[in-house]
Amino acid sequence: MSEPASLLYSEVEEELRSAVRGLLADKCPPSAVLARAEAASGGDVPYDMDLWKTLARDIGVAGLLVPESLGGAGASAREAAVVMEELGRAVAPVPFLSSAVLATRALLGAGEEAGDLLERLASGETTAALAVSFAASPYVPLYLSLRPAVTLGRDGTLTGRVTGVVGAEVADVLVVPAVDESAQEGGEPVLCVVEAAHARVKGVGSLDLTRPIATVSFAGAPARRAGTSAGVRDALLLAAGLLASEQLGVAEWCLTTTVSYVKERKQFARPVGSFQAIKHRLADLWLELVGARAAARNAAALLGAGADAGVAVAVAQAYCGTAAVHAAEECVQLHGGIGMTWEHPAHLYLKRAKADEIALGTPGDHREALTWLADLPAPES
Amino acid sequence: MALDAAAVGERVQAFLAEHDPARMDRLDFLRARFDAGLAWVHFPEGLGGLGASRDLQAVVERGLRHTPDNAPGRIGIGLGMAAPTILAFGTEEQRKRFLRPLWTGEEVWCQLFSEPGAGSDLATLATRAVREGDEWVVDGQKVWTSSAHHARWAILVARTDPDVPKHRGLTYFVCDMEAPGVEVRPLRQITGEAEFNEVFLTGVRLPDALRLGEVGDGWRVAQTTLMNERVAIGGAPMRRTMIGIVSDTWRSRPELRTHSLHQRLLKLWVDAEVMRLTAVRLREQLAAGHPGPEGSAAKLAFARLHQELSGLEVEMLREDGLAYDDWTFRRPETVDFMGREAGYRYLRAKGNSIEGGTSEILRNIIAERVLGLPAEPRADKDVAWKDLPR
Ligand SMILES: Cc1cc2nc3c(=O)[nH]c(=O)nc-3n(C[C@H](O)[C@H](O)[C@H](O)COP(=O)(O)OP(=O)(O)OC[C@H]3O[C@@H](n4cnc5c(N)ncnc54)[C@H](O)[C@@H]3O)c2cc1C
Repeated sequence: MSEPASLLYSEVEEELRSAVRGLLADKCPPSAVLARAEAASGGDVPYDMDLWKTLARDIGVAGLLVPESLGGAGASAREAAVVMEELGRAVAPVPFLSSAVLATRALLGAGEEAGDLLERLASGETTAALAVSFAASPYVPLYLSLRPAVTLGRDGTLTGRVTGVVGAEVADVLVVPAVDESAQEGGEPVLCVVEAAHARVKGVGSLDLTRPIATVSFAGAPARRAGTSAGVRDALLLAAGLLASEQLGVAEWCLTTTVSYVKERKQFARPVGSFQAIKHRLADLWLELVGARAAARNAAALLGAGADAGVAVAVAQAYCGTAAVHAAEECVQLHGGIGMTWEHPAHLYLKRAKADEIALGTPGDHREALTWLADLPAPES
Repeated sequence: MALDAAAVGERVQAFLAEHDPARMDRLDFLRARFDAGLAWVHFPEGLGGLGASRDLQAVVERGLRHTPDNAPGRIGIGLGMAAPTILAFGTEEQRKRFLRPLWTGEEVWCQLFSEPGAGSDLATLATRAVREGDEWVVDGQKVWTSSAHHARWAILVARTDPDVPKHRGLTYFVCDMEAPGVEVRPLRQITGEAEFNEVFLTGVRLPDALRLGEVGDGWRVAQTTLMNERVAIGGAPMRRTMIGIVSDTWRSRPELRTHSLHQRLLKLWVDAEVMRLTAVRLREQLAAGHPGPEGSAAKLAFARLHQELSGLEVEMLREDGLAYDDWTFRRPETVDFMGREAGYRYLRAKGNSIEGGTSEILRNIIAERVLGLPAEPRADKDVAWKDLPR
């Protein structure tokens, strides 16, 4: 466990944060997200694509992880993590994680054929989604998590169905790991690219209204091979590591909002925040967030340095997933009745936190990975 | 211009070139190390330091790791609490007199703060110090005083003005533990040994030159001590960690493993790693010159984790966990949270959420000073200490 680069935020990272935060404060206040969640509950797509275009192009977040040679910013996971924190703090309905992290990272591992698509993704001109379940864990071999599998026929078309996909409703192209029928049995899946127009994307009623899941089906969809699917596992690991920063952002909003509420709200002729039972709960939550920040920063720093980040990601996910849910649950509870209402944004954070807990491996999956990552062997039987 | 890692590394090499620990008396070596500014690099020059950034201490420790150390387990209170307070509030004479033998371990320090009637509510303490000419006459009783039986000096808070509200009538002193009227009696702990004591102060005469800070400013001076105490308990890097001990046992004794213990161990391993990273980040912040409130968090997290892990260790050991190595009423030389066997570690860890401010008090501090939540309604703020209900 060598010490990575700093766990603090650099000046560049703070500048990026304030640009993203400023834009979100302006274009993505809780009232706006609530309106989109309301629409999503009726079956609409919640994503704010105008906001996404501004973020992607003007601030340049779409190309953060793409090398400069392909028109990207050539930044690292550290910068992407700061963006995730801010998007989490605002539960912003934009396809950053699905397009600029998951799909982009999968393509970066595919080979040279993916180059031109990566350039379009980096510029923000095109948006993509990775057709893998959001509940997939980076610890399960890809061929096992691809069930029912999508197959690439000898005629070059795709057939099959993937459930639990995020960001597909607003993707121009789908990046699809598929079993190649012409290859031998048990071979690694290949990575294909399909125009969204050739796929069927059907939204599913989702717990997280601001990042819903969809089922993506292909029935003889014309596909282009983009190379190997070797980058998919790396994409899942990277996304899991960065998700810890989103969870940190979610938890921070919940803590800050709750602290201001209990300072104002009076019962028994005193602010409810002056009761020790409540002060101690919030102190414990703050403590959990201090740990969550250290864990999330460590994962981002190691992922960013291209070092072995397995332990760091597992630790960050095992810790931050639970911390965000805890923060959101405390937020609802300590707001009393108002916390239970549709009008108050607390539920958006609760739903995001709970969905994030499942996404890319549950805290339990990440803890169990430490059995081998940290050499803590399970009992024999 | 502050020194960088390379410059500090060079000083270490230059020092070693002139001082061969194999050919020198241990104490002479430590004194020379202090004089070379390699004791605590963030202290000023002439006082054992180089005025360098605190994180460069790691460079020194690495370079000198095969040389005799100052037995930090014996002198933790001096290093962690007395020294930073003397540095912050001492006169030039006091700094020169006390810091060198404190650091080399020639003089052990203890902390005379808590009293039978004043623990969490330290500011209510009753030990009196009355001025007589150039001296102060101290009377009272202190309790839970770790290492008092070895101590040459103590940091002491006493009441010098009972007619003002409790926080305002306190003054901070260095107490001479060899002065007539100082009596130390051991207090046996749940571990069987007596690491702490009760200390009776009867007509103890201290020259005014042993006062630290202004008369009536004792509370402010004590805050410096307490804040450093929390960082010292929770934030310091440790050679042997509780998670290391438990994980080693887990790896070497497969017959102890069960699924339920495995799940708990994995969770605590994550917590321990997060605590380690929090401490790394805390040290980075201190080095960058913007200390965050993470210091009190570190102590709170440390206590909880240490207690959970030491509890797991005893349970995991089954029959071995039923055994206890030694109940002798000993007076230990050092304070070592990780020392001895599992049973001892489990019992000693119980003190971690009491010593240096209880976990409840630390949560109050975080809630009020970090989160800005309203203070509890208080009855004692504007009342003269002597009129407080008892
Ligand atoms: C191993 C060990 C070593 C020690 N070494 C030293 C030493 O060297 N020098 C020294 O001066 N002291 C020392 N102490 C003393 C220590 O600082 C005190 O024990 C501690 O501050 C608590 O004070 P108390 O024991 O009087 O408990 P009390 O203050 O009486 O507390 C009793 C209980 O009430 C809780 N409580 C009190 N006030 C509040 C509040 N406002 N809100 C919520 N809960 C509250 C406490 O958390 C605790 O659980 C040591 C203690 C231990 C255990």
